[in-house]
Amino acid sequence: MSGTDSSTLRRGLGVLSVAVREEPWIFTAALLASCLYGVAPVATSWVLGRITERVVLPAFEAGRTTTAALTGAGLAIFGVAMLRVVGVIGRRVGAGIMQFRLQATYRRKVARHYLRLPLSWHQRHPAGQLLSNVSSDVEAVWAPIVPLPTAIGVVVMLLAAVVSMALVDPVLAGVSLLVFPAVGLLNVFYQRRLSPLAARAQSLRAEVSDIAHESFDGAVVVKTLGLERYETERMAAAAERLRDANIAVGRTRGRFDPMLDALPNLGILTVLAVGTVRLAAGAITVGELVQVAYLFTMIAFPVRAFGWVLAELPRSSVGWSRVRHVLDAEGDRSTGELRLADAGPISLHTRGVSYAYDAGNVLHDVTLRVGSGRTVAVVGPTGSGKSTLAALMVRLVDPLEGDVLMDGKDAREMRSGEVCSAVAFVPQEALLFDDTVRGNVLLGLKVPDERVWEALEAVEAADVVRALPQGLDTRVGERGATLSGGQRQRVALARALVRRPRLLVLDDATSSIDPQVEGRILTRLRDARVPSTLVLVAYRQATIALADQVVHIERGRVVDSGTHEELLARCAGYRELVTAYEREERRTAGPDGSGVAAIEEGRTA
Amino acid sequence: MSRITRESGSATGTFRRALQVSPGLREGLLVVAGLALLAAAGRVVVPIAVQITLDQGIQRPGSPQTGFVLTTVAVCAVVVLATAWVTYLMNHRLYRSTEAGLATLRVKAFRRVHDLSAPALSGERRGDLVARVTGDVDQFSIFLQFGGMLLVSLCQLVVGSAVMFAYSWVLTLMVWAVFVPLLLVSPPMQRRLSQHYGRVRARAGDMLAATGEAVVGAAVIRAYGAGDLIGRRIDTAVEEHRRAQSRAQRLVAVTLSSGEVAAALAIGGVVSLGVVLGVHGRLTAGELVAFLFLVTLFIGPAQMSTEVLNELQNALAGWRRALAVVDTPIDVADPGKAGVDLERGPMEVLFEEVGYAYPAGPPVLHGISAHIAPRTRVAVVGETGSGKSTFAKLLIRLADPSSGRVTVNGVPLSEVRFSSLRKRVVMVPQDGFLFDTTVGANIRYGRPDATDDEVRRALATLGLRSWLESLPQGLRTPVGQRGEALSAGERQLVALARAYLADPDLLVLDEATSAVDPATEQRLQQALENATRGRTAVSVAHRLSTARAADRVLVFDKGRIVQQGTHEELVAREGRYAELYAAWMSATSSGAGAP
Repeated sequence: MSGTDSSTLRRGLGVLSVAVREEPWIFTAALLASCLYGVAPVATSWVLGRITERVVLPAFEAGRTTTAALTGAGLAIFGVAMLRVVGVIGRRVGAGIMQFRLQATYRRKVARHYLRLPLSWHQRHPAGQLLSNVSSDVEAVWAPIVPLPTAIGVVVMLLAAVVSMALVDPVLAGVSLLVFPAVGLLNVFYQRRLSPLAARAQSLRAEVSDIAHESFDGAVVVKTLGLERYETERMAAAAERLRDANIAVGRTRGRFDPMLDALPNLGILTVLAVGTVRLAAGAITVGELVQVAYLFTMIAFPVRAFGWVLAELPRSSVGWSRVRHVLDAEGDRSTGELRLADAGPISLHTRGVSYAYDAGNVLHDVTLRVGSGRTVAVVGPTGSGKSTLAALMVRLVDPLEGDVLMDGKDAREMRSGEVCSAVAFVPQEALLFDDTVRGNVLLGLKVPDERVWEALEAVEAADVVRALPQGLDTRVGERGATLSGGQRQRVALARALVRRPRLLVLDDATSSIDPQVEGRILTRLRDARVPSTLVLVAYRQATIALADQVVHIERGRVVDSGTHEELLARCAGYRELVTAYEREERRTAGPDGSGVAAIEEGRTA
Repeated sequence: MSRITRESGSATGTFRRALQVSPGLREGLLVVAGLALLAAAGRVVVPIAVQITLDQGIQRPGSPQTGFVLTTVAVCAVVVLATAWVTYLMNHRLYRSTEAGLATLRVKAFRRVHDLSAPALSGERRGDLVARVTGDVDQFSIFLQFGGMLLVSLCQLVVGSAVMFAYSWVLTLMVWAVFVPLLLVSPPMQRRLSQHYGRVRARAGDMLAATGEAVVGAAVIRAYGAGDLIGRRIDTAVEEHRRAQSRAQRLVAVTLSSGEVAAALAIGGVVSLGVVLGVHGRLTAGELVAFLFLVTLFIGPAQMSTEVLNELQNALAGWRRALAVVDTPIDVADPGKAGVDLERGPMEVLFEEVGYAYPAGPPVLHGISAHIAPRTRVAVVGETGSGKSTFAKLLIRLADPSSGRVTVNGVPLSEVRFSSLRKRVVMVPQDGFLFDTTVGANIRYGRPDATDDEVRRALATLGLRSWLESLPQGLRTPVGQRGEALSAGERQLVALARAYLADPDLLVLDEATSAVDPATEQRLQQALENATRGRTAVSVAHRLSTARAADRVLVFDKGRIVQQGTHEELVAREGRYAELYAAWMSATSSGAGAP
């Protein structure tokens, strides 16, 4: 147990040393301010002790005083207290600036790294996790930064306090040597007891949140099945667990906080008792007694700050390991110096490519050729690997085995940016950014608005955009939320077309568009004035019929390829897949039950 | 669009309402207040000990009187320990009653969200609703974790002032004179500060949104080489967040320093003025030193009080937002005990001149009259936005008509108890939302007491046995969040089985989406047919093959029923249906298979 604790401590301190190396100057400034803050109470109590002796007691005894003595005393106390003010502010502001800068630096680093990492890495990491890496993990890593200078200041404070007391009287200093370590130890013990309880409350909070999310997401299902009571009970059970966990945290706080308050007070009382004895022995003066007692009241609270840093360290080092996991991930895709042909549609050749996700192989030894300017449809059942093949074709991912050749050259050897500039890909789910329509179509491309309109016309979205309140300047909202599914897909298509790509890969990119409109758009693409090689992942017969060649894929392998008619004639699986609608037509037109036989037949075939 | 009442009102109003919603809160709060006062009183014992020791133990002639001082110290030590014990009791009570109150509030707000109608819910952002039953309530709970100490601190201000007053009213007034301006300036300061923090939170949201795009849009960004564009946007968002943090902190520094300066002034003033008073015989040396100790007891809470009040405001705001949910009126209400239970058996539905408009929206249904006879299968067709989905919503009372009425077996729908209605009338919604558990558990949501065997039988009847066998762990296969581990078509199958298991008399179907591959789609179609056999069924049809199989078709256009009849009748006639059908046929086949 203590072994892991000390390694946590070591790792935590390691993270802090990174912080100091990153921002040495601000850290130094904050540290100096903290030392000032640490010395100030000792100075204050010393000044107070001297004033008690030289001004207060003589004045009370004599029954008179001088204005000079009074002003001097007031100013001395005010002045030394202002030292503390400067220390407090400097420490707080300095530590804050340091923390904010470190947060920003690491957030940028992590996010930029997300942009660099290959798609295959993204596919292995859920979005929620990546977002929490950027937000809460980075936050956790630098959380100890704010109390860190304070803690160091407190160490200075304790040293100064013990030294100043020892100068007064070693016996009284002995009292402080009993009390301060006791406060420190109690606090460490407290934080250790508290942190697992707090972690449990935190995870239960997440559980309550998950239930609320899920339940509200499925509100319609809950309603239509009358599950309100069931759901409320589920929530109530979680809310009660959270309540009990919060009470457990509160009870621990409730037990330790009063103890931590009581210890310095007992210390002062001890000082009074011991001090009186020492006074009787003539070892100290009244002023010195006041000085030591006052010092106790001033130090009692800051001593606890030390525990806070220790409490944040485990969370910090966990956050750091998560952030490092991202930053240490292998970065760039390799690039070379090759270039594509200067103009004209690109020919595409996948030569024996295989690809696998963690779950297993999805593509085995896929070889296919798409001639320059040809239109090819990739057809296959759900999960057959079509989308992965599409991603390989545009070099979103690299094959584990085999090569993808564009114009006969290995895509991995192309110059950086070469593939992006000539190839466009539209995924199944049209992803729009929280930007204007223009911004979404252009995505950084610099061309005049006429080109944007031209692309929107080609996908029959120009009228829709014209009808929007601010036309091209209308913001589409998060993930394009203000547009319908079909409109989103059309904007995503326009994004591809505005680039006049020489190879266009559409991964079932028209599923939400009205079939008739879809037909017109695709025909327009195939017969475009600026020709392009076109690869379509599709289901609908009308779409497939546009292709010069059809490739049928099942379970990650090419089963057959040829024209639509050829495949219909010779490939049973293909027939089953693409004629499903028509067979269903016949089935629903016919007597009940005949369809069942058709399905069973299909499954066993 | 939001229905939830805008949260407003005074702190006391919020508190009174909170007590009504969570009666558990009242229990023990008075006790807590009493204990807090005791705990605060216990804390002034140390300054008093200092005064007694100095004045009577050390400064008296014949001093120091060691025995007297030791006795005083021993008594005070007992008081200190007792104070700690009382504080513990107070904390304990405080957490127990408030946490119980918060849990009650949370559950009530949660329930109220489910009691809101579907149109009312669609006007709310999901994230906001979740926040109201989670983060907003948590905020108060987190505040409380520090709150016990703070409560004592505030009492300490009062008790401390009283003791100071007893020693010297002049010095007390002086201390107050230094702190009162601070207390007066601080509320506007705190308001500005909370605006700043609001901005920090908003910028944090922007930052997450920008990063979210980099993550969710990973494929598109790589396909279009847009990494730099998005990267710059993230940089800007991160920088904006940092700036907002720094600006907020600057204000914190000002607030903090004004408190510290006031403290320095107070202590300096007390010493100077105290000596003058002492010279005139109105204060002893011990009292002066004790006063200085008291001032330090006073400074902490006074400095904190502004920050505490601000935190309290935030926490109250969270509580208010949760209470606002509880106070949102239910627009589609369960008639409850006054309502009617539906008899089991064939169900007949009648729409009489029904009109509907979404809250603050244009009307979407006009004068709909339709009769759905028992045990018929009705298909509802029309383009997107023609009103067919709204028709389905009114049919199962997810919303109430703005005009006209809907009756089932002669009973107005609004008079049927929910407990009965939700058993007899079940809908399979379009998006097959599943809970993050197993396939079997999701199906069982239709009838929670069903055994595994019954679930299997239901699947078999629907013709889905082979599908069940194809699942890696059968009924125990986990479906993932929202069912995302299954394909869209498979989610629909589970949703359908769930509805079938509920065995309703009226089944309303909102059909599968276009993203389903043909093989699954066909399986789904067959299951649908088996599920609807022998009961009244209304299908909102996106594919006209469903209409073809139905006994009757209702054709919707622009919020009205423009045609009714069987598929054959409608195809033969010129009109909306014939147009829709022709368009559909040309899209689904290459022409070769058309009849």
